[in-house]
Amino acid sequence: MSSKRRRKSEERFKRILEHEYMPKAEIVPKEEVKEILKQLNAKVFQLPWIRASDPLVRAIGARPGNVIRIIRKSDTAGEFVTYRFVVPG
Amino acid sequence: MATQTERTAVREEEIPLKAIKAIKFSILSPDVIRSMSVMEITTSETYDEAGRPMVGGLMDRRLGVIEPGARCETCGNPPDRCPGHFGRIELARPVIHVEYSKYIHDLLRTTCRECGRILLSDDEIDKYRKRLERLRARWKLLADRLIERIRKKAMERTVCPHCGAKQYKIRFERPYTFYEEKENGVLEKLDPMKIRERLEKIPDGDLELLGWDPKVARPEWAVLTVLPVPPPQVRPSIQLETGQRSEDDLTHKLVDIVRVNEKLRTAIESGAPSSVVDQLWDLLQYHVATYFNNELPNLPPVKHRSGRPLKTLAQRLKGKEGRFRGSLSGKRVDFSARTVISPDPNLSINEVGVPIDVAKVLTVPMTVTEWNIDIARQLVLNGPEIWPGANYVIYPDGRRVDLRYFRDRRELANKLAPGFIIERHVMDGDIVLFNRQPSLHRMSMMGHLVRVLPGRTFRLHLAVCPPYNADFDGDEMNLHVPQNEEARAEARTLMIVQNHIITPRYGGPIIGARQDYITGGYLLTRKDSFVNKELLMYLLAAANYDGEIEEPAIMHPKELWTGKQIVSMLLPKDLNWVQPTAIKERCKDPYNCYTDEYIIVVNGYMATGVLDKKSIGAEQVDSLWHVIVKRYGNDYARKWVDSILRALLRFLDLRGFTMGIDSLEMPPESYKELEKLYEDSERKVFEYIQRFREGKLEAEPGLTVEETLENDITIELSRVREAAARVAEKYINKDGDAYIMAKTGARGSIVNITQMVAMLGQQTIRGERFKRGFSNRTTAHFEPGDLGPMAKGFVKNNFKSGLTPLEFFFHAAGGRDGLVDTAVRTAQSGYMQRRLINALQDIYVTYDGTVRNASGSIIQTKYAEDGIDVSKSDHGRLNIDEILRRAGLSG
Repeated sequence: MSSKRRRKSEERFKRILEHEYMPKAEIVPKEEVKEILKQLNAKVFQLPWIRASDPLVRAIGARPGNVIRIIRKSDTAGEFVTYRFVVPG
Repeated sequence: MATQTERTAVREEEIPLKAIKAIKFSILSPDVIRSMSVMEITTSETYDEAGRPMVGGLMDRRLGVIEPGARCETCGNPPDRCPGHFGRIELARPVIHVEYSKYIHDLLRTTCRECGRILLSDDEIDKYRKRLERLRARWKLLADRLIERIRKKAMERTVCPHCGAKQYKIRFERPYTFYEEKENGVLEKLDPMKIRERLEKIPDGDLELLGWDPKVARPEWAVLTVLPVPPPQVRPSIQLETGQRSEDDLTHKLVDIVRVNEKLRTAIESGAPSSVVDQLWDLLQYHVATYFNNELPNLPPVKHRSGRPLKTLAQRLKGKEGRFRGSLSGKRVDFSARTVISPDPNLSINEVGVPIDVAKVLTVPMTVTEWNIDIARQLVLNGPEIWPGANYVIYPDGRRVDLRYFRDRRELANKLAPGFIIERHVMDGDIVLFNRQPSLHRMSMMGHLVRVLPGRTFRLHLAVCPPYNADFDGDEMNLHVPQNEEARAEARTLMIVQNHIITPRYGGPIIGARQDYITGGYLLTRKDSFVNKELLMYLLAAANYDGEIEEPAIMHPKELWTGKQIVSMLLPKDLNWVQPTAIKERCKDPYNCYTDEYIIVVNGYMATGVLDKKSIGAEQVDSLWHVIVKRYGNDYARKWVDSILRALLRFLDLRGFTMGIDSLEMPPESYKELEKLYEDSERKVFEYIQRFREGKLEAEPGLTVEETLENDITIELSRVREAAARVAEKYINKDGDAYIMAKTGARGSIVNITQMVAMLGQQTIRGERFKRGFSNRTTAHFEPGDLGPMAKGFVKNNFKSGLTPLEFFFHAAGGRDGLVDTAVRTAQSGYMQRRLINALQDIYVTYDGTVRNASGSIIQTKYAEDGIDVSKSDHGRLNIDEILRRAGLSG
């Protein structure tokens, strides 16, 4: 598969972010990851996993090894910030 | 006795401890099977005419012995020391191990049929091997996923990249048949011998890419050439009363295998036609397969002569009675008792009444010391027959004396000295665990203090019925006696009932008043309720009250106290509390209500309101009772509830309370009103039906016309029932016993009263009006196609006036449906609960607030996303007002 075609199809995933039920998500910069992990007392792989093939991950362009931040509405806490570790697949 | 002392000689501390680091499962190779076997089974006969085990048979003495007196011919030990030794059956032809057939299928599809290499190019192999090595280090789950990908990739190949051979599709027919699909669609059977040859060809390196560890599990070992035979210890035969011997299911199965194996061998050796050999081979495969698992798909289970399916290896392990759930996770215990339960309102909620007969059997080990030696002597003297006594005396050297068979107890009692242990009967104040199944939450097993009582039932306080979900219609409960200090301390501090008044489910009290306590509370605190001095003394004595007595509310002509005053005396003096009651109707402002619809407590003085379900009931949040538990602690709460509930019940006892038909009387005009209601409604229903018949009824979105009609009728009929409920509530005697119970929440509801005095309403099956029975009608009493209320199970009568025979039938049918429904629901939710518990059992909240599983991986970054401990909250929410009050920041 040529990289051009692939990029184009990845582009299409961006549209799903516009849906109101989609949680906000962003790639956590490498420097911040360390801090977050310290705060959570965890190693990267102990974070909940998300597949690289997940539409959300593809939409924000995260690659395996990245940590992404998810900000979503919560019934119990109003707004909740959590993290996912991107794994291949 | 000799063996017992021998066993106790090995003390627990002396057993070496080792920690399990990992468990590895592998396949037994033929070499291992042969080297661990002590003999080959060569004959299908088990015993000769004289009843002696056949040499070379399945009961050969070399496999180990189980009959007492015999000696094992392999290890020379008597039965209690011989562990048993495996034998083997050399199979004339290889057969597939059924439980591995899925993996064999995978391998056949991913490797070359000619050269045995994995169907991937060398580049791919290199790439994947490197990646796999990296992942194997720490990312076990990712490695598994990569293996899955490699398999998928290899499966797609139709030509071998190594030798260029064309690959055919492998068809797998459960449970153990494989075919190769040739170009023209011809199916060619792959026999186990061919399969084994192919598996042998696969190189070790390629297997690693497919998730196999060839050092411990070569794939060809999954095709059996030799079968291990477990020793008789695993499959003991039973001696019947008739003197006949009955063999274990496994032995039967092994006999079948040996017999077919012999036949197959002679067939091959005598050069029988291949069709005969194949037939026998297939039979051998069938027997070996069912020896492992007798519940295979597409295979008829092997049956006993009686028609009972044989229990083979998999059946021994599987399911509720299997080795895991039945023998390893489930244990039967000593020091336990089970009997019927009955109520005792005079006990504390912390206590349980134990029958003397039970108390004489259950014992607690008591070490004799200088300080209890006199008591210990008396207990030994009393012996096992008199409670409180003792059943056993254990000498400091570990010798055990059973007092049932000991003649001179006086002498033994005198011999007692510090260091002896006596197993004494349970006595008042001992802690025991009390449990009722199904044990759905932690309050299903709580610690109680023993109260030995005459009678034959366990007695418990009525307020602890809700956590156990117990009633007294024949329920039985279990009791366990902790046997060491650690267990007792744990039970006393963690499990005792008073520490479980608050349920961790939503933070409210699960223990609390019910039924008569609530009626009593309402009747005592009602505005018209006065108590004279004599009764006051009775009630305060019942409550175990030893404080001051308030000044009576009425001094002349007689000293009279109000019921609220009695409750006030029992309330803590610094309590301030306002809450609505269950009888709240119109009042909005608690401080401006003259009908007792709000409870107002000022400095422990109950100014207005009545006690009812909303204030002292079980499972009520933000109630007077809840507040007392939370503010004053479990110990105070227990004492409070013990005393006030006794007082309330004593009051109700002395006053008297019953329910008769007189509480269900309604004036004649109310019945006219009800009649009119029904007639109007019936007319309306017939109008709907008329319109439907004329085709004028329009279908609602998503519904057919028939469904629309059914909907309209159902709505109309439920409207009548509601209207009838309003009529009933309007006319019913407000001082009637039934109404009091319904309104205060003691028992029953307005719906029940409506059904008794006004109208029973629509009977349903599966939530719909009746439609089953004859074609187009429910019973032969109606015209076919009658859609009216009566024809479809509407009951316009009430229980008091009585039901017509037809109504009675509909009611019975509806009742049966409800019964079936509950039975099905409990079974389904029970299974769901089991699965949930298994899935969640090692997930926990850590001290840093994250939720993790056993490996420390994060499930939630903050528990429930708000970090609130539900058991300490009010229905999962923070109660800000209460926090401010405790911080002293609000009035």
